[in-house]
Amino acid sequence: MELQVKCADQNLLLELSGELDHHGAQNALREVEQAIDAALPRKLVLDMSGVTFMDSSGIALILRAQQRMQLLDGSLLVCNVPLQAKRVLDAAGIGRLVTIR
Amino acid sequence: MRKKALNEVTLEFPSRSSNEGFARAAVACFSAQMDPTLNELEDIKTAVSEAVTNAIVHAYPDSIGKVLVKGRICPGNVLELTVKDRGRGIADVDKAREPMFTTGGEERSGMGFTIMESFMDKLSVRSVPGRGTTVVMRKKLAPRMNGSK
Repeated sequence: MELQVKCADQNLLLELSGELDHHGAQNALREVEQAIDAALPRKLVLDMSGVTFMDSSGIALILRAQQRMQLLDGSLLVCNVPLQAKRVLDAAGIGRLVTIR
Repeated sequence: MRKKALNEVTLEFPSRSSNEGFARAAVACFSAQMDPTLNELEDIKTAVSEAVTNAIVHAYPDSIGKVLVKGRICPGNVLELTVKDRGRGIADVDKAREPMFTTGGEERSGMGFTIMESFMDKLSVRSVPGRGTTVVMRKKLAPRMNGSK
């Protein structure tokens, strides 16, 4: 699991890649929180295009990012979700809680 | 009586999180002989990942124990997967199966059983506190005509 951080004008872009399972999410969760705390963005974009596998550990990561952004009065957008990860999000009904594009 | 399997495999490994990927890949390799579609293969990998993660996170929270994964190919193109541990067990299985319920803190979403249910056809969970948990999942794969689909 790797995380690329790009930041500009209070927008934070986090590009996730690799396998987002419990093993991979342990570090990713901390890195995402650290990146948000360092940038204090108004808008966070999680780009999932490089995620080759995701299970419910990815849901926990997305919900955690969402909570963090709500505390900052900011917004979260999850984008470029591969089909397998999208089906996991759909099975859990996460589209009702988070903006996915 | 239980139907005889056409083929079966048993894996046993310590409850280290690095084995989550191994379990997914091994079960995917085994089920490849059923000629699954890509979607079916991803469903199977996702369900295995959830069940094995539960064993690693919840069955053995402070120790390393053994996780057993068994795959059986049953008549009628049915894949049966069993994930078994001898860990802490679940006091209230119905509660554990509710969406968003978790005892795993903020790293867990509480959606594991919901995803297993949604990606497999049948899910049964047996657990005895202090003795361990056994999860059995079954999925019927779509019949395929010699790879022509």
